[in-house]
Amino acid sequence: MKIAVFCKSVPDTETKVRLKGDRLDTSGIKYILNPYDEFAVEEAVRMKEAKKAEEIVAISMGPARAQEALRNALAIGADRAVLVTDDALDGSDTLATAKVLVKVLEKEGGDFDLLLFGQRAIDGDTWQVPSQVAALLDLPQATCTVALEVEPGSKAVATRLVEGGEEIHELTLPAVITCSKGLNEPRYPSLPNIMKAKKKPLTTYSLGDLGIDASEVGKNGSRTEVLSYELPPARGGGKKVEGEPEEVVAELVKFLKEEIKVI
Amino acid sequence: MAEEKVKGGTFLLESPGLKEVFIPEEFTEEQRMFAKTAEDFIWNEVVPKSDEIEAKNDELHIQLFKQAGELGLLMADIPEKYDGLGLDKISSMLVQEKISSGQGSFSVTITDHTGIGTLPIAYFGTEEQKQKYLPKLGSGELIGSYALTETNAGSDAMGIKTKAVLSEDGKYYILNGSKQFVTNAGFADICIVYAKVDGDKHAAFIVDLKSEGISLGPEEHKMGIRGSSTRAIFLDNVKVPVENLLGEVGKGHLIAFNVLNIGRYKLGVACTGACKTSLGEAVRYANQRSQFGVPISSFGMIKEKLADMMTRTYVLESASYRTAGFIDATFSELDHDDPEFGKKAMDAIGEYATECSIIKIFGSEALDFVADETVQIFGGYGYTEEYPAERFYRDSRINRIFEGTNEINRLLIPGMIMRKAMKGELPLLPAAQKLAKEIMTFMPLSMLGSGPLAQEELAVEMTRKISLMVAGLAAQKYKEALKDQQMLLARLADIIIELYAMESALLRTKKVIENKGEDAAKYHSIMTQLYVSQAFPKVGQLAQEALAAIEKGDMLKTNLSVLRKLIRWYTPVSLVELKTTLADKLIEEEKYWLV
Ligand SMILES: Cc1cc2nc3c(=O)[nH]c(=O)nc-3n(C[C@H](O)[C@H](O)[C@H](O)COP(=O)(O)OP(=O)(O)OC[C@H]3O[C@@H](n4cnc5c(N)ncnc54)[C@H](O)[C@@H]3O)c2cc1C
Repeated sequence: MKIAVFCKSVPDTETKVRLKGDRLDTSGIKYILNPYDEFAVEEAVRMKEAKKAEEIVAISMGPARAQEALRNALAIGADRAVLVTDDALDGSDTLATAKVLVKVLEKEGGDFDLLLFGQRAIDGDTWQVPSQVAALLDLPQATCTVALEVEPGSKAVATRLVEGGEEIHELTLPAVITCSKGLNEPRYPSLPNIMKAKKKPLTTYSLGDLGIDASEVGKNGSRTEVLSYELPPARGGGKKVEGEPEEVVAELVKFLKEEIKVI
Repeated sequence: MAEEKVKGGTFLLESPGLKEVFIPEEFTEEQRMFAKTAEDFIWNEVVPKSDEIEAKNDELHIQLFKQAGELGLLMADIPEKYDGLGLDKISSMLVQEKISSGQGSFSVTITDHTGIGTLPIAYFGTEEQKQKYLPKLGSGELIGSYALTETNAGSDAMGIKTKAVLSEDGKYYILNGSKQFVTNAGFADICIVYAKVDGDKHAAFIVDLKSEGISLGPEEHKMGIRGSSTRAIFLDNVKVPVENLLGEVGKGHLIAFNVLNIGRYKLGVACTGACKTSLGEAVRYANQRSQFGVPISSFGMIKEKLADMMTRTYVLESASYRTAGFIDATFSELDHDDPEFGKKAMDAIGEYATECSIIKIFGSEALDFVADETVQIFGGYGYTEEYPAERFYRDSRINRIFEGTNEINRLLIPGMIMRKAMKGELPLLPAAQKLAKEIMTFMPLSMLGSGPLAQEELAVEMTRKISLMVAGLAAQKYKEALKDQQMLLARLADIIIELYAMESALLRTKKVIENKGEDAAKYHSIMTQLYVSQAFPKVGQLAQEALAAIEKGDMLKTNLSVLRKLIRWYTPVSLVELKTTLADKLIEEEKYWLV
């Protein structure tokens, strides 16, 4: 099998989100490989170790720094990496992103048996790109997978958690799978593997390399646009109601009615 | 990467160029990845099991150690030829820092193994010894240890009594004696044991701890790092094959001391990791804990503590990696296949012995300060075992004692510098004489530049002159007998330590300004000003006491008037403003955020 694993460079989970005007203040942010994508890479590497897969290609679209996320995927065990980076990509929404990723798959031979994604990226948190890629390629998909069995050349059996139970899907390959927490325990990239990752190929494509016109991506090629960012209101201090039970109840009711107007 | 070689001790004479100074802002992508693996492993696998480790669950401890081995965390300094990674010193120190960021006992186990337990073989072993031991030490299959100390030979390590006698058939050395306080003794497979042959010739041996005649004392009940193993080793007619002799008979002490240099330096770096963690705990607690209806982090005195803790950590980090850069530049030129490798490695380590001692002292004392203030910020809860502050405080304390007490290291600093000067490796005396001539007409204020940090730059230059002046006068007055003037030497050592510390912070800040502009260096710059504002007056005080220990009467008065000229031009910075700005940022970030 040939597996594509999609990797996004996202702010570290400990990032303190700050704004500069109505834009994100990105200064001082440290970036990591999206934690859900780590599940995807790990799953692919396990398939390779089980001799079910021959090649794992890690793919990312993003600014130059996304290289680091790709190196991480290489250190976990991907064979090679592809980064699409181009100033014109700035402002691309999920659909524009999905279109670019589809082009990358074509460019890389189009012969992938399995497309693995994290179920969501912890920054944008849209959950959309994998399904859009599946739709554009007309491939079957299973999202939020917690267990996966693959028979190369034939099918994948994916288990999803749903309320009150599990849903088991059988998909013919090629298929899109998005990975959830619980699917596996990603390994730490060992120091020797980090060193080996440095020597693995990492190809960079611009839009031109992929035959994409700048108008199809970025703000112009997107159907949605981020107008501004706002921080959630700071949590105010709690309120303590004290006194005899009757007084407390009366005051609480008054508070719920008049101040926060929920009853 | 530091591009050119800076010789050890030269900071006493001149400032290195920025090009030659490595700063943590320059870590490569690969180095950051190494760091992340080490940090994630420690925080996800080790720290959650801290209570069990502290309760001496040795099985768990060893299992975690092996896991660290599988991740390659033990092989940074081992050459590729012996299945190691042969990493540059900056990478290996960064890994060290992260390994030491979470759990003190585990950190000591690993540091002892990768440092003084492994390096004697890596640097001084024969080809056969390296092939036999290094791959397994690097993978964690074997655990190493180092036994120098004896009950009657602690600081006085040359006074060891353990004896090694060559067997009649010439195949073995027979070892007899006892070693005290051996870290990892309870876990280790092998131990580098130091003994004397023919009464007075020091020698080092690789001893298999399963050998007949070896027995262990009970675990010490320690103040801190309770999960680590510290036991005595008794050697009763232990047969050690001659091929396990490390280096030459008569040179064992050189192995012991040179390896300790690296050990000291690693210890300082380890303290950097621990400082950052302690600071993070302190600031998060200060934000959560409310008194008088507001978080305690809003109080000026708590802010001041946080600002001071952050500043010390910054200075330590700057000095640690500056030194890593120097050592790396020298080490990267060495070839492991060179038959002279051992000697050259010894020279290379010896070259920076002064810097290694400085980092050891500064690091262990910075950590004590940070851990102590962490307890204070936690208040009564800091005194209970419920919170991590109490363990930080206990675990910190050992660092001032092992790998040469801070007193011994304070003696070593001027001692080594004077030796280098005598050997002509460091033109200290000509510089001191030149200074003595020009100092009468010398006008510091006229040298004050105008850029940012001009004052700090001048303070560093003046501290350099003060070091030279005190060292020169002390050497002139006491000559050979200077080594007996401990109180004077301690002051000289402290002046030199502060010179290195202030200058490291300054150089790093300047380099960040040069690379990324003044805005990017806002807090670097604040911390440099804050540190100098504390250290420079302290240097003045130390120098005054030192001068008064050298001369009396009119000579003293003349010397003091020169000293005053060197220090009194300095205008105090607005501490309150700077500390508040720094603390507010730290309170927002809730951790040491610079790199
Ligand atoms: C937890 C732990 C782990 C250790 N691990 C190891 C290990 O793995 N291998 C190993 O070989 N050793 C190890 N040691 C030993 C350690 O290195 C020694 O304890 C240390 O060198 C001090 O020796 P000492 O305890 O005999 O103190 P002493 O030498 O008796 O010193 C007592 C005091 O006198 C001061 N002093 C001594 N001589 C002088 C002097 N000339 N001038 C001024 N002051 C002086 C000291 O600074 C100290 O304050 C360990 C110790 C501990 C506690």
